[in-house]
Amino acid sequence: MKDLNLTNDFVELVRRAATDLPADMEEALTKAKGNEESGSSAEGALDTILKNVTMARQRSTPICQDTGTPIFEIRYPVGVSTRALANQIRQAVAIATEQSYLRPNAVDSLTGENSGDNTGEDFPTMHFHEWENDFVHVDLLLKGGGCENVSTQYKLPDGGLKAGRDLEGVRRVVLDAVHQAQGKGCGPAVLGVAIGGDRGASYIKSKQQLLRKLDDTNPNQDLAELEERLNKEANQLGIGPMGFGGETTVLGVKVGTLHRLPASYFVSVAYMCWANRRASMDVTFSGDKVEVTYA
Amino acid sequence: MPKLTVPISDEDIRALHAGDTVYLTGVIVTGRDAAHKFMIENYIRNPVVAEAELYAELKRLLNGGVIYHCGPVVKKHDDGSWSFVAAGPTTSIREEVYQPEVIEHFNLKGVIGKGGMGANTLKACQEHAAVYFHAIGGAATLIAQSVKEVITVHKMEFGVPEAMWVIRVEDFPVVVTMDSHGESIHTKVEAESKKKLAELLGV
Ligand code: SF4
Repeated sequence: MKDLNLTNDFVELVRRAATDLPADMEEALTKAKGNEESGSSAEGALDTILKNVTMARQRSTPICQDTGTPIFEIRYPVGVSTRALANQIRQAVAIATEQSYLRPNAVDSLTGENSGDNTGEDFPTMHFHEWENDFVHVDLLLKGGGCENVSTQYKLPDGGLKAGRDLEGVRRVVLDAVHQAQGKGCGPAVLGVAIGGDRGASYIKSKQQLLRKLDDTNPNQDLAELEERLNKEANQLGIGPMGFGGETTVLGVKVGTLHRLPASYFVSVAYMCWANRRASMDVTFSGDKVEVTYA
Repeated sequence: MPKLTVPISDEDIRALHAGDTVYLTGVIVTGRDAAHKFMIENYIRNPVVAEAELYAELKRLLNGGVIYHCGPVVKKHDDGSWSFVAAGPTTSIREEVYQPEVIEHFNLKGVIGKGGMGANTLKACQEHAAVYFHAIGGAATLIAQSVKEVITVHKMEFGVPEAMWVIRVEDFPVVVTMDSHGESIHTKVEAESKKKLAELLGV
């Protein structure tokens, strides 16, 4: 039905994600800086981060040299070819790599060879969802490697942490995850948490939470309360920016749920560094006219 | 703004304490896994037989000098010169097996990286008057801006990220997280946050 060519628009989406930190993240970092003791290394770290964010935006260069795994979530109306969109996205990341918005980051797991253009087996990551709206919506997350290495998954009950199969159990393992990560994931972090699912679905869901705005409110009252409590308690751990110690260990916690088997209760924690690079775009059509807007 | 110029004296190193923020200026050398392995195998644990010229050059550069755990994104210009486009720190703990010997052999005064290092490096810092400087992870553009000049590059056969880039930096922002008095912010924060976690979990 719709013969779309969005390759150049996808390149622009990638450029925005890689070079322009979302406003809510920047705001949270600025606020965090104000909460740190004046003259402390935590304050200094946040100051450097904020300067880097401004510079990257002005110069249109990557915020961090690890431009991460590009994860695309695509919502599309009936009649749009997902195969065509997938090809355009692959082309777009290759172009964005050529233009130095992305670092070549796709390595063959057997040979160790870098493909050089960020395309490879299941790389970049894409999830397509058909929806009832008549426009296309794309979210992009650039998920860094250092913080991915400290992301983790728990199987409840967890005897050591006295974590049972309830929200109190979830709370216990999430705080443990933050402690385990220390400064290794380039905090202050945003935590995406998923409860339920099988192991694979749970991990995906936890990453999808990272696409939420920091100031949104979870429609589920219990989860909203858990998010707020975890945010507060994680910061009480005092790990601080980069693990230097300080008031700011996390900038936000977002929790989502999935149905699970009676036999399993997984909790996945996606740890996202301060460089929480997300961008989105809407593609609307009227007649032959295609309009693209970014957010 | 507390500034420090490379090469650094033992006296200046001893005056630094975990938690201090400093701005580094001077000539430093990048090195990751391949570079550390190379120096250990060819210069430190065995008599120098090959690449003696590079050895002499490194002895000069690293005496009182600083090594930076970094795999930069670089740009080559038409006239053959280079510049750094992005130059954030990489995880340091991978060099833990090599770092103490490199510090001792070359009289290294500082190591820049991220994530901190282990007990052996901390001990070497104490014995040989050296410190671990923590750079700000992810601040790639800003750090690249503090790289004023790429003087030369050695061991390009290791590839761009692993090669040994000799660079002149100006006001490179770092935090001392392991000092020469046996203090490590990493062990301290880990222990304190563990205590706090136990409190929060009521165990
Ligand atoms: S964890 Fe994030 S900020 Fe740190 S190096 Fe990786 S992508 Fe960059």
